[in-house]
Parts: sequence; structure tokens; C-alpha cells
Amino acid sequence: MKAIVTVIGKDKSGIIASVATALAEEKINIEDISQTIVQGNFTMIMLCDLQNSKLTLAEMHNKLQTLGDKIGVSIHTQHEDIFNSMHKI
Amino acid sequence: MSIIDRKAIIETIDMVEKEHFDVRTITMGISLLSCIRDSAKETARLCYDKICKKAENIVKVADELSLSYGIPIINKRVSITPASMLTANFTGEEVVLAKALDDAAKNIGIDFLGGYSALVQKGTTSFEKSFIESIPEALKITDRLCSSVNVGSSKSGINMDAVKLMGEIIKKTAEKTKKNDGLGCAKLVVFCNAVEDNPFMAGAFHGVGEGETVINVGVSGPGVVHHALKSCAGAPINEVCETIKKTAFKITRAGQLIAKEASKKLNAEFGIVDLSLAPTPVMGDSVAHILEEIGLSSVGAHGTTACLALLNDAVKKGGVMASGNVGGLSGTFIPVSEDIGMINAAEKQAISLDKLEAMTAVCSVGIDMVAIAGDTSASTISGIIADECAIGMINNKTTAVRVIPVPDKKVGEYVNFGGLLGKAPIMKVSDYSCETFINRGGRIPAPIHSNKN
Repeated sequence: MKAIVTVIGKDKSGIIASVATALAEEKINIEDISQTIVQGNFTMIMLCDLQNSKLTLAEMHNKLQTLGDKIGVSIHTQHEDIFNSMHKI
Repeated sequence: MSIIDRKAIIETIDMVEKEHFDVRTITMGISLLSCIRDSAKETARLCYDKICKKAENIVKVADELSLSYGIPIINKRVSITPASMLTANFTGEEVVLAKALDDAAKNIGIDFLGGYSALVQKGTTSFEKSFIESIPEALKITDRLCSSVNVGSSKSGINMDAVKLMGEIIKKTAEKTKKNDGLGCAKLVVFCNAVEDNPFMAGAFHGVGEGETVINVGVSGPGVVHHALKSCAGAPINEVCETIKKTAFKITRAGQLIAKEASKKLNAEFGIVDLSLAPTPVMGDSVAHILEEIGLSSVGAHGTTACLALLNDAVKKGGVMASGNVGGLSGTFIPVSEDIGMINAAEKQAISLDKLEAMTAVCSVGIDMVAIAGDTSASTISGIIADECAIGMINNKTTAVRVIPVPDKKVGEYVNFGGLLGKAPIMKVSDYSCETFINRGGRIPAPIHSNKN
């Protein structure tokens, strides 16, 4: 199963490192990553594969949310199907 | 992103975070025909058991799906076979079933259970009359039960005896729930052309033509449509329609995905997606504000009916393409107390009951969540119902009345139901009586469907 992780917040050093570390700890592979500044906010979008991880999507969501609270950014974890459904015919 | 468009991801997150996009309800329809027995106690017990078993995981599954897809699922609900069909063997004891249904709703943790309903569009049997008379007490002794009565249809005309009775029932319900400002009436809808697969309360019931257990999903998103329209300021109206269609498509696709997954996980048939724009009283979730964005200084101005018609139609066109099974009420709801823009318009008297009635000819439902003075006569309420039914019957559409004659309140005063039901100023009804017309009873014959003018 693949998930899209979106990190939005004020730009500062170490955001990518902490999110990537958290994912690596759970054997979640990052397949694609992009980052930009949208409306003044740091925005990073990652396509992640949970195939080798023991975590469910809900557990991954909770873990990343806790991390987001700690480092002061908002982290969304969503099944990729929602975007495929809503934005592709 | 190689596979997924970055803009689409940000747009989806903004829709939820800033524009109040949500799946408004996952409603499980359950057939209770197999629970009919001779006694009230036994029937009630079987109904309770079946609901608790079939819908045991509805809240858990909805919460999991909400987390997975990052789309809030606000309400989890159950609709049942119209209860008047279950109570025929024990007239006078209907409320025993009402209590059991309410207990079942509480046990599985859903906020509303719909289907304390009767379908009497052509005639009323003695057991249906007894059932309808039990509605005020049923709504008094329960918290989560919703009731509806279908009194007319394009096929069979309007049952005016039932229209008369329902005016009285609404008054009695208001009296019985007086200490909560007549709250019982917020859970009671009178329909013409009621649909069998509506997931929205208070009018949901599980029609007899439906399967054993069905998942129907209602999506919403007035805020998303409103936001999208900001990008076409000053554009010709056909561009407005196109923008609404595209937005409705995206919203409905999310509903379709969640409906499909929910039915799989709950071991139920996938019924329909109801693509209604259903407002809530919070800022940024208003249908009235969409109409104002199109170019009205206030909802209620001349042009309101036209704007609502194009909105309602564009929502359907966009949604139909997005889901294999569109149904329910699909369109636009215009409740007064549940929409901040409508509340404001009613406060400054920009909108009247008369204009609302005109709007119901092109919206998806009818006179909805309108508070009227507590001393309004039963026959006047029946008159409002008859007018709405006539609009529905002639135009082949669903119409409904959900009015609350708030005990001891007068025009200009306020009522606050709290939460999703919102607050509303008491609106003025006509000072002139229709009592003689209502007292005639009988049935308005079904209309002719050719020679339309």
C-alpha cells in the first residue's frame, strides 16, 4: 500500500531529516519526494511504500502526527487512492 | 511527484482544512422485515438485536476510513424499514419499538437512526393512523430517533387526510418537546415523493425495494464550491456552472471511494452516493453564501431561484459522472437554521417563507428547519405541507416540510437548537386561514403528465 505524506509548516533546518528518519525506523520506503514553498509555507510531499513495514496506515498517521507536533509542522498521511479518485478520470 | 500531481494533493488538503470538505454521513440501511412478530416486546427485541449486529462496526470502520484518506466522516447513521410496517400487529404499543430503536442507536454509538416512518401517499390504514399518532410520544421519549411521513407522490396524488393529520402531529410533537423549544419537530419530516435510499436525516428510511443491508453515503461541501467560485468573479454564468460541475465531481469521487470501501468492510451492499450540498451553521459551510458569491447581495433577492436552480443542476451533472450509483436526494439543501447565510438573511428579513417556497421548486428538498410561531394553527402547518406537496407532485421531485412551531415564541424571537441543527429567528406565516380547505380531507388526484405548461 502506498501513502502520500504531506508536511506543511514554517521552513527551518532538519524537517526532511526528522521525517525521513521516522519513516526509515519503520521500514517505510520513500519512493518519490518533492519540496517547495507554497504560499510562504514549506511544503514537502512524499510518496511512501508501506509494503515492508509492520505499521498500518493508522499507526503511521499517529506516529507522524506526534512527530509533527514535536517539530512544529503539520503532517498529513493519506492513502494514495483518495487523490487518484478525486483528481483522475 | 511522478505519479500524483502535487497541485491536486495540496488542493485536497486545503479542501478539508480550509473549506470544510467532508463526507457528511455514512448511513447503513437495514431491512427489519424479518423481525416482525405478534407482540411489541418480541418485535422490538429482534429489531434491537439485528441493528446492533449489522451495524456493530459502523463507527469503527468510518473512523478508520476517515483516518486513511484524510477526509473527515462526520456522521454515522442507520436507516430502517419504515417502522409502520413493523408495528401493524400491535397498534397502540408502537413506542415500545421506538424506545428499542433509540437504545440500539445509543449502543452502537451513532448519532441518529431514521425510519420511524409511514408511507401513506394514497391512503392510510388503521395501523398506519395509530402509528402516526404515536410519533409525538416516540420523539419525546427518544433522543436519536428520526421520523418521516410520506403524504403524496406524483403517481398517486396527495393524501389530504394525512396532510391534515400531520399538521396536528407537528403541533403535538412541539408541545411534547416544549422544554427543548419543540426540538422533536426538527426530527420529523413530511414528504412528497420520498426516496427510499436517502442517507440524510431526518428523512432517511430504508425502502422496501432495497436489499438486506446497504451502505449509502452523503457527501457535502458548500465551502469547497464557494471557494472554487471565487476564481470566476465576473465570468459569464456558464463558466460558473462548469466550475460547480468540476468541483462536484471531485467531491463525489471521494464519496464514491469511501462508500465502496465502507460497504466492503461492513459486509453490505454499496447503495448510492448522495451528492448533496448540505450546509452547517459554521462560517464557510453555507449554501446561501454560494448563491451570494454568484452575485446576489443577499439570498432572498430576486434572482435567488435562478441561482439555486443552476447550482442544483450543476451539482447533479458533476456528481453523476463521478459515481456509478447516484441517488438519495442529490442536489442542494436550503435549511434555514443550519446555514449561517440563511440565518443572516432571515434576521434582516431578506428572505421570507414565500421566497423559500419558490426556491423549493428547484432545490433538492423543501421548507427545511424553519422555525415558526408556537401559536401557528395546525391547519396553517397543513397548508404549508399541502403547498410543498403540490410543488413536488407536479414537478416530479422530492419536496418536504420540516417546520418547528416553537412553543411560546413569536415572530422576531429566536430559537437555538445547538450543534448541527443551529439557530433561527421565528419566521412569519400568512395571517390568513386555510382551515376550510384542510378540513375537507380526501385526496388530490394524481396529476396529468402531458400537456405541460
